[in-house]
Amino acid sequence: MQKKIFGDKKHVADIALIALLVIVVLSVFAFTWFSAEQGARVRVNVEGEPVREYSLDVDGEYSLNGGTNILVIENGEAYIKEANCPRQLCVKQGKISRSGESIVCLENRVSVTVVGPQDDILEVK
Amino acid sequence: MDVKKMTRLALIISVAMILSYVESLIPAFVAIPGIKIGLSNIATVFALYTLGVPSAIAVSLIRVFLSSLLFGTAASLIYSLAGAVCALGVMILFKKIGAFSEIGVSVIGAVMHNVGQVAAAAALMRASAIYYYIAPLLLAGILAGIAVGVASGILIKRLHV
Repeated sequence: MQKKIFGDKKHVADIALIALLVIVVLSVFAFTWFSAEQGARVRVNVEGEPVREYSLDVDGEYSLNGGTNILVIENGEAYIKEANCPRQLCVKQGKISRSGESIVCLENRVSVTVVGPQDDILEVK
Repeated sequence: MDVKKMTRLALIISVAMILSYVESLIPAFVAIPGIKIGLSNIATVFALYTLGVPSAIAVSLIRVFLSSLLFGTAASLIYSLAGAVCALGVMILFKKIGAFSEIGVSVIGAVMHNVGQVAAAAALMRASAIYYYIAPLLLAGILAGIAVGVASGILIKRLHV
């Protein structure tokens, strides 16, 4: 098939490109991960608009977006317990607790994000 | 456009759609929406290298529209289109630069495809929440891009349309 993988200049360029991309991705990830702190609240966005916030300090079970997704807050962590979407990716996502972390349900256009203590407090209408 | 060229394109687009459909049958075993191998990009990269830029554009965009029409939803069309357009633009550019092989072109295409999808999702949902997914999504995209690139390379060498 190919003669020498590493002899071909273009393949060397490919490897350099891949290495660069991996480094960029990992650094962005490291940056966001290490700048996260213990969050205080979760914010629920529906169709792009912030709708409600819940404190992570208070355990509870909440019905989001008219019942399409069920949010549970327990021991300072939040997760989606049930949802009516076909692929259930939001349910499989697991628990979030640090600021910046989020669970997204693309089908229902619902997202739950942990916001830190210094983020603006949402004015609920 | 002559009939032979039109038939050739139609054939490649059909293959792209089948690849896209087969891929949709693989269960998403990771909880991040949008993680996929991008098998249909094999057709796009193949078209780019054997037929040229306009053909590659046709293959990619027509495949996105037809696949979304048949197997997807309006939302999936927007995400797919955003990803495909970003990927196409960058791939054409990188091929023109000439420093990379089809593998490099495929990798940057896969990465930009994911970036486009994430940008569309972030715009639609206005959640900066989406950016949390970027890292694993892009890493998977890089791997997928390599696989697709290698497969495309084999086809480009062996398959004469």
